Amino acid sequence: MAKLHVSTTINGEPMEFLCEPNDTMLDALRGPLGLTGSKEGCASGDCGACSIMLDDRLVCSCLMLSAEAEGCEIRTIEGMAHGEKLHPLQQKFLEMAALQCGICTSGMLVASEALLKKNPQPSEEEVRFWLAGNLCRCTGYDKIVRAVLETAAEMRQARN
Amino acid sequence: MTDIRYLAPNTLDEAIGAFAAAGSTARILAGGTDLLVQMRSGAVKPGLIVDIKKISEMTTIEETADGTFRVGAAVPGAVLAEHPRFGKVWPGVLEAVNLIGSTQVQGRASAGGNLCNSSPAADSVPALIAAGAIVTIQGPDGRREMPVEKVPAGPGRTNLKPGEILVSFTLPPRPPGSGDAYLRMIPRTEMDIAVVGCGVSLTLKDGVCTAARVGLGAVAPTVLLVEAAAKALVGSKLGDAALNAAASACSAACRPIDDKRGTIAYRTKIAGVLLKRTAAIAAGRAGRN
Repeated sequence: MAKLHVSTTINGEPMEFLCEPNDTMLDALRGPLGLTGSKEGCASGDCGACSIMLDDRLVCSCLMLSAEAEGCEIRTIEGMAHGEKLHPLQQKFLEMAALQCGICTSGMLVASEALLKKNPQPSEEEVRFWLAGNLCRCTGYDKIVRAVLETAAEMRQARN
Repeated sequence: MTDIRYLAPNTLDEAIGAFAAAGSTARILAGGTDLLVQMRSGAVKPGLIVDIKKISEMTTIEETADGTFRVGAAVPGAVLAEHPRFGKVWPGVLEAVNLIGSTQVQGRASAGGNLCNSSPAADSVPALIAAGAIVTIQGPDGRREMPVEKVPAGPGRTNLKPGEILVSFTLPPRPPGSGDAYLRMIPRTEMDIAVVGCGVSLTLKDGVCTAARVGLGAVAPTVLLVEAAAKALVGSKLGDAALNAAASACSAACRPIDDKRGTIAYRTKIAGVLLKRTAAIAAGRAGRN
């Protein structure tokens, strides 16, 4: 069986790649596309380490076939910083030590950015429910939740 | 090397043609939140994957002038939640759909997939049964309709015929004074599978219940429509006697299994408890409409 040819947009750049029909988007990102920021934790949609934005919607790239990316707009953790300038969430995660081993971090950041776009002023409860699909075995979540709330407050201030 | 094929047709006719021709190893791909997990574990080895998300009828939500909603089978939970009207008219159905998985899963998972995956614990199904939702199915022999409760045949099995695809859900217009709700019992606060799930939809007129439907999940091989519970509610003012009778009817309908999530005795008791709590929420919503 011939490989499928997929044309898509990743972090604003038109991209093309070849895949098997049963490859996941995560396989394509970490394989032919060389974007290894998205991590594989569980490969069953439970851990959120492979979170990406698909047409502005937060999804697990392990639960999506790469062939489904045809004609779509995908954003990954690699598109979050502007060159050397980190996104405020990335900066705050560093400052507040909201990560330890780092496996969950890119998924946490992508998911948190999606939340703040939808809801610039989330409550702690809203942050915790939104991130319920992002598992972290190191931090105990508290520092992550605080970093997201702190970033949200600073981003609101910067806007005013 | 793989012998899997992937198709993403733009029309329902193309999808049905390919799906029917490929036989029993073909699988429909809506959100993929069950299918990809099953493929990964080796439980399912599809010969053909038919992605239905490029078919507009599968992915749109329509409200007609008489208040009927038609929800495409592949509409993701997050999209349903953003509809300006759906959650106001059917808050119970929406909360049930939105309980499926995480934020990420909500970006993809659909009520159609939840129904066709045919888990007895599927969260959206009791609420859709309570709502009196009808599914439209299309296959090689044309279109037909079926109440939601007739779709599951057992765990992982449906009553769809070979080559048939679930196209959409139709939810009937709401009379004034109507409300619905869904509650599930889980031992944690989020990201879990129902030990028992209960959907109630009812209509009140001058405080008297004039119509009711009850759906009960995770207590039998398929999600159940509990007509005896609805009968106990209709004609009452939802007082203790009526609620106790409806709760007993729910417990009597249970044919659960013992498993790590709950025992037979626990599930049977909780079914009644959830009926009372869910009916109270639905009645509160009905009183405001």
